[in-house]
Amino acid sequence: MSGALAAVVRRDILLALRRRSDVATTLFFFVIVASLFPLGVGPEPAMLRTLAPGVLWVAALLACMLSLTRLFAADYADGTLEQMVLAPQSLTLLVLGKVFAHWLVAGLPVVLLAPVLGLQYAMPNEALLVLALSLLLGTPALSLVGAIGAALTLGVRGSGLLVALLVLPLYVPVLIFGAGAVAASQSGLSAEAYLSLLGACSLLALALAPWATAVALRIAVE
Amino acid sequence: MLSAKDLACTRGDRLLFTQVNFQLHPGGLLYVLGENGSGKSSLLRILCGLSPPEQGSVMWNGEDIRRHADAYRAELLYIGHLNALKDDLSAAENLRISSCVTGHDDGADRVRAALHAVRLARCADLPVRNLSQGQKRRVALASLWLSQARLWILDEPYSALDAAAIDLMAARIGEHLASGGMAVLTTHQEVAIPAAGIQELRLTP
Repeated sequence: MSGALAAVVRRDILLALRRRSDVATTLFFFVIVASLFPLGVGPEPAMLRTLAPGVLWVAALLACMLSLTRLFAADYADGTLEQMVLAPQSLTLLVLGKVFAHWLVAGLPVVLLAPVLGLQYAMPNEALLVLALSLLLGTPALSLVGAIGAALTLGVRGSGLLVALLVLPLYVPVLIFGAGAVAASQSGLSAEAYLSLLGACSLLALALAPWATAVALRIAVE
Repeated sequence: MLSAKDLACTRGDRLLFTQVNFQLHPGGLLYVLGENGSGKSSLLRILCGLSPPEQGSVMWNGEDIRRHADAYRAELLYIGHLNALKDDLSAAENLRISSCVTGHDDGADRVRAALHAVRLARCADLPVRNLSQGQKRRVALASLWLSQARLWILDEPYSALDAAAIDLMAARIGEHLASGGMAVLTTHQEVAIPAAGIQELRLTP
């Protein structure tokens, strides 16, 4: 059972390694958006510091969403999805593998890059740490919830826009708690409550999203 | 034993077929015949449990497949129109990983042996994107040598294959039937498969 999960993760990581340009597009987007803001807004450190949590979190969120439409589209087109639906393993488990691979490829690099980009916003060290931590706790929720949207829009024309419409409202709490954590840490308050709420969002998504995604995928291949 | 009772299928508001009944016993082979668009692939998808029938039910060993889906899927091998191969992975990687996903990990040696059986040993490490259409089909059909499933449901298995490869597949299907397996397939080619019980099912609206 865990072998099947590992195989799904391995396949998606291998594919990502062989098509690096897809992964690079997402990260490039994140880096460019986060780097253009300080240039446009001006060098005032106090202003940059106020903007930083929101801008970095929005950039991370949009970067994650960019790669969502690809999550199941290729599997759907080449028949791999049919085979996954027909596998004796539970589809929920296989979906969890796909989402984990998506997070490793699209979420984890964002977590690691964010503190470096945060330097451009004159953020204090402690806030940089909280930024990375908030993204580490929050990005799994983005991948998990995004998978539901990706599965629901499979095979639909213009699915990119539709995914955004479906998924963005669900991303709002994660955005508020994530940016809130960084802002709190910058103004010298404890970010603990925000981080707990982010962790709770991810746990809730972990419990419900793979199952909902599996149901949506079964409908998509019918 | 696989049996279908009063199956009906619609596409949009067009009726594809009704009153499809059959019983397939161990060692039996069922040919699904019909013109293009008569619903052959739709019937196979219903038999797999991918789509629900409009009416009727599919039973595996007397149990409805939609109620005992997990047990049924463990005994089922479905190869559809799509080859389910990743262009960026090699033939060996594709087979190895899909065997892990379906739950029985075939070691590298068994995968090589299967690729050897379909005469693709030389292409085992090439990315699938470099293979021809017929070679891709052969990679997909190499799972016939790996599968332990008792029921094979094959949608146009011979498409894009050359005559030698068709004979190879027919012989393998024959072996599977001789060892007590069952197979349902659609095809437009007349290929003799050695089997004890051959049934034909012609789909008409």
